[in-house]
Amino acid sequence: MGRKILLDKINVPGIKSYEVYRREGGYASVEKALKMTPEAIIEEVKTSGLRGRGGAGFPVGMKWSFIDKKSGKPRHLVCNADESEPGTFKDRYLMEYIPHLLIEGMITSSIALEANLSYIYIRGEYMWVFKTLERAIKEAYAAGWLGKNIQGSGYDLDLHVHCGAGAYICGEETALIESLEGKRGNPRLKPPFPAISGLWANPTVVNNVESIAAVPWIINNSGADYAAIGIGRSTGTKLISASGNIKKPGVYEIELGISVEEFINSDEYCGGMETDRPLKALVPGGSSVPILPAHLIYKTANGDDRLMTYESLSDGGFATGSMLGSGGFIVYDDRACIVRNTWNFARFYHHESCGQCTPCREGTGWLEKVLWRIENGQGREEDIELLWSIQSKIEGNTICPLGDAASWPVAAAIRHFREEFEYHVRFPEKIKNRDHFTHEPFDKVRHLVAPQNV
Amino acid sequence: MEKHHYTQEINITDALMARINELVSHYPADKKKSALIPVLHEVQDAHDNWLSIELQNKVAELLEIKPIEVYEVVTFYTMFNQRPVGKYMLEFCQTSPCCQRGVEDLMDYTCQKLNVGIAEPTADGLFEVRGVECLGACGYAPMLQLGDYYHEHLTKEKIDQLIDDCKTGDITFYDK
Ligand SMILES: Cc1cc2nc3c(=O)[nH]c(=O)nc-3n(C[C@H](O)[C@H](O)[C@H](O)COP(=O)(O)O)c2cc1C
Ligand code: SF4
Ligand code: FES
Repeated sequence: MGRKILLDKINVPGIKSYEVYRREGGYASVEKALKMTPEAIIEEVKTSGLRGRGGAGFPVGMKWSFIDKKSGKPRHLVCNADESEPGTFKDRYLMEYIPHLLIEGMITSSIALEANLSYIYIRGEYMWVFKTLERAIKEAYAAGWLGKNIQGSGYDLDLHVHCGAGAYICGEETALIESLEGKRGNPRLKPPFPAISGLWANPTVVNNVESIAAVPWIINNSGADYAAIGIGRSTGTKLISASGNIKKPGVYEIELGISVEEFINSDEYCGGMETDRPLKALVPGGSSVPILPAHLIYKTANGDDRLMTYESLSDGGFATGSMLGSGGFIVYDDRACIVRNTWNFARFYHHESCGQCTPCREGTGWLEKVLWRIENGQGREEDIELLWSIQSKIEGNTICPLGDAASWPVAAAIRHFREEFEYHVRFPEKIKNRDHFTHEPFDKVRHLVAPQNV
Repeated sequence: MEKHHYTQEINITDALMARINELVSHYPADKKKSALIPVLHEVQDAHDNWLSIELQNKVAELLEIKPIEVYEVVTFYTMFNQRPVGKYMLEFCQTSPCCQRGVEDLMDYTCQKLNVGIAEPTADGLFEVRGVECLGACGYAPMLQLGDYYHEHLTKEKIDQLIDDCKTGDITFYDK
């Protein structure tokens, strides 16, 4: 059994309530942090090697050390609980079942940042979780962990939960800040970075739910203890949201460094394929990361075991690798149609583009349209090059990374599954039904488009 | 759908006003506008799940901001409705992981059962089926959202039951 840091108490009856959470040792990290200097807390988090769990993997302690404390402006910690990356549902799990862990993490982290007003920004669809957090925050105020002069320390902190209203882009940290200010979720140009000018132009740190929830353990134990778990620069544990065609979809906490093969097949985690059909593809880190074909899932291109780490999942770059991203682990068996799936993601990004940058606004629409026509038997041979050219013109030419996120899945699908696109274009009568590969998986018809070896 | 100016009766009850004041208190006194999205949710929930222009103007007045600042937000976020909607809005997640677990067949089934297309309310105004993007429940697919709650691991039988419960009013859909 792997070590559990975030979920070790999740099955304790009543852990949702303050009393039980406290009885189980909750809020100890706040007591400890109040006796430490903010610098010492930040140092501990730096030592832990904890990397941002929202997708980008930026070291948390380093981000904290960038916050402007010299200007004397009020500082804020904002927790990113927008969780809208397709395939990702881990933050909801933590907040729904052990809300006080996030609140404890917010307090301990706010102490380090010397912030006196912090927020949790949660997506609007998680309304019942919003209410759960509101109740938990009230309990924390009543018990003296929030408000003025916390536990007699002289430190004041107000914490509130704020909800969005249905917009993936608000997960991007500057769009999130705009949204928290009561505006449309249009990302800001950077610099200035939020650490200098964020919420209401004050220095602000934005961190993912899971990043913040790891802080209490690090403070209670030590950064070195945390860094002892995992491999290399992938330290600690990570929540993986597993979905798709596996036996046991759900949220799992893994020690970074276990193999992908173990994660998919062991009974402790996914339990193998849903109906024992062959594994066809994997999106390991949420819809934005490149899709991997079967032969690159368990092994890297070099033949090494593929591990659940930031480094191993990206081994081979975009040519033969992918990314750990948010840990949204989507497994596809041979019934899946890669063209249809790529169209599905393209529709998502088109729908979610905020519309500020022309390449993203127009390009995502084009991607959706061209993919739809290929999937529906109206594609042309040139469409595959057209898709390639559109995605290459979006990538790197936009204000925020949503443009890249929309491009990468298309590029990876064409890179690894070009024959499937060709099949759609050349045999429109064979793909009339949306479940065309259920009865006749692509492997059975691949010979129709495969280049002949003479 | 044809352009139409929909009107609605505005009723800011004392309880709603108290909740609005509570939400506003979560932000610095000079940053009232920050409460806009949470306040719009509360106001919409109390007004049959949609926001007329008149109601949006009312929210602007309450938060001391310009009406345009409210319109900008209402038009940006998908959870705000600018026209009357079916009382029971069945919002199916139609993103890839849910498709892998059969949501498309269930959406077809539900539309046929209710005899409607996507995003058109039933004639009695009771139901509306919508396709939305990933709701963060991919591991419990297929699923739909109804009001504040998720209904997960859906089957045809569960949908039949849910629709029956809605018809008899035997369902809570807001967490108040
Ligand atoms: C389009 C887009 C969507 C994002 N969505 C989320 C999200 O839902 N949750 C999240 O934590 N980070 C999301 N991010 C990443 C945030 O911008 C930011 O990097 C993160 O919240 C930082 O926290 P971390 O360092 O703890 O990961 C998104 C980024 C982009 C570009
Ligand atoms: S890349 Fe897309 S989502 Fe990001 S700012 Fe530009 S238009 Fe908006
Ligand atoms: S894809 Fe349906 S909830 Fe995520």
